[in-house]
Amino acid sequence: MTALRAGWARGLAELRQSFTNGPELFSHLLWPGLMVAVLFFVRDVSFGGLPLAALALPGILGMNAATGMISMSQQLTADREDGTLLRAKATPHGMPAYLVGKVISVSGGVLADLVIFLVPAVFLVDGLRIGPGSWPTLAWVLALGLVATLPLGAVLGSLFPSARAQGLVQLPFMAVIGISGVFYPLTALPAWLQVIGQLFPIYWMGLGMRSALLPDSAVAVEVGESWRHLEIAGVLGAWAVLGLLLAPVVLRRMARRESGSGVAARRERALRRVG
Amino acid sequence: MSGVIEVEGLRMRYGSADVLHGVTFQARRGEVLALLGPNGAGKTTTIEILEGFRARSGGRAEVLGADPARGDERWRARIGVVLQSWRDHGNWRVRELLAHLGAYYAAYATPRIPRPWDADRLIAAVGLTEHAGKKIKTLSGGQRRRLDVAIGLVGRPEVLFLDEPTASFDPQARHDFHDLVRDLADDGETTVLLTTHDLDEAEKLADRILVLNGGRIVADGTAAELARRIAGEDEVRWLMNGRRFVQKTADSTAFARDLFARHGEDVRELEIRRGSLERTYLSLVRQAEAGS
Repeated sequence: MTALRAGWARGLAELRQSFTNGPELFSHLLWPGLMVAVLFFVRDVSFGGLPLAALALPGILGMNAATGMISMSQQLTADREDGTLLRAKATPHGMPAYLVGKVISVSGGVLADLVIFLVPAVFLVDGLRIGPGSWPTLAWVLALGLVATLPLGAVLGSLFPSARAQGLVQLPFMAVIGISGVFYPLTALPAWLQVIGQLFPIYWMGLGMRSALLPDSAVAVEVGESWRHLEIAGVLGAWAVLGLLLAPVVLRRMARRESGSGVAARRERALRRVG
Repeated sequence: MSGVIEVEGLRMRYGSADVLHGVTFQARRGEVLALLGPNGAGKTTTIEILEGFRARSGGRAEVLGADPARGDERWRARIGVVLQSWRDHGNWRVRELLAHLGAYYAAYATPRIPRPWDADRLIAAVGLTEHAGKKIKTLSGGQRRRLDVAIGLVGRPEVLFLDEPTASFDPQARHDFHDLVRDLADDGETTVLLTTHDLDEAEKLADRILVLNGGRIVADGTAAELARRIAGEDEVRWLMNGRRFVQKTADSTAFARDLFARHGEDVRELEIRRGSLERTYLSLVRQAEAGS
């Protein structure tokens, strides 16, 4: 009970802080802003009779949702480095509350970023079909997508030794985005790349978003000309199960190793890098 | 077991190197204990084992009747740890963070010990009242350390651990910090274990000093006891009939009493210097190194 209540309060406080402090507020606006600009520049391009901007918008939503994984991973590494996690460990129920708080602040941040992107984007892009049926689909794809990616982010965050090593996770993430049919349909890629792209959650999150926001005719450019809701649930569900099984084990192992001298040693290393 | 902290034959080995060779000591309720020793003596390892942050290789350790390696959340709620903050929770405000962390302890209040401390009272106690609404990243180093102490105290711990609490302090901050810890110890309820390599600090703060060197306790006692045991002699100076006298003695109180009994008002400018703890400490460390 303490862990849930404190975690909830913690998550909301961190979420609020991320909107009241310059650098973080900037990053909340940067990505959605860039993506709106991308849509603006491709507004006259079409693909298979559909405006490319309409195809890309749901894919971008899916991709943005998946960036929650990166934030989770980065924040966990940073919090380990600066001693936030050690404080949590020194507090009763501190670790579970820390994690609950992280899940709330990261998913809240993702949600806010989606709204910041979606509101201007729908005014800019033609060819969407947003009806009452769109929102339930959007909601379950987003929820399942977060459950599939956030625990994985926590696992990655526990494995990286420092915030600097953490930068390495960005590259494969970008590569996966490239083969996940975010900005153009997956069917435009060679068949073997399509197969690899479909192993990762980002493609399926984008597919689910497209099924929610595009007219039925748009299904023609998808793999198998189907929205494949069952497969979306299956693949995202499998990643979710994997993440939820791995995360507690990896996080516990990481938490066990935290100590004051560990934090002091990391501080030394980080300060040497700066100085 | 009656002690709040009970350590017996504590051993720690990293790879093939032994860091602690059978450390044994106790702390009673309300006692302020300093673990004094040069760098690498095993102080941090010892305190981290007792905080429950590090698994020991051997021996017995109990804090508040429980093995720290198996302490549950209820146990954790009775322990305070003063961590050396760096830049964690930088976007939180001072009062906000203390109120937030305090909430974790509310479920562990007892009729005898209400938990947590009221955030504003605690902020006043560590002298941060005018900074209560500030973001933590804007605090100065000294202010941050006072916040660290406040965080360690917020759950009204029965045992408080401080590892090298004043490392990197300027003299004023160190002085303020010593006052803070002394105030805390005055209630006689909180047991404090601190590590330091600063002899002066150990002498000022601690009821009892444990000298740790090379992974062994080489001395255990009050500052006066330690000084007497090694240096053995105090120095007594006085002025009589225009002449200065200096005398070394093991029992300066008895010597002074005798001096007055014999010479009465002729004795002037009496001065007694206790055997210096610094000499004691250095000779202890040297002896231990020669012995090993």
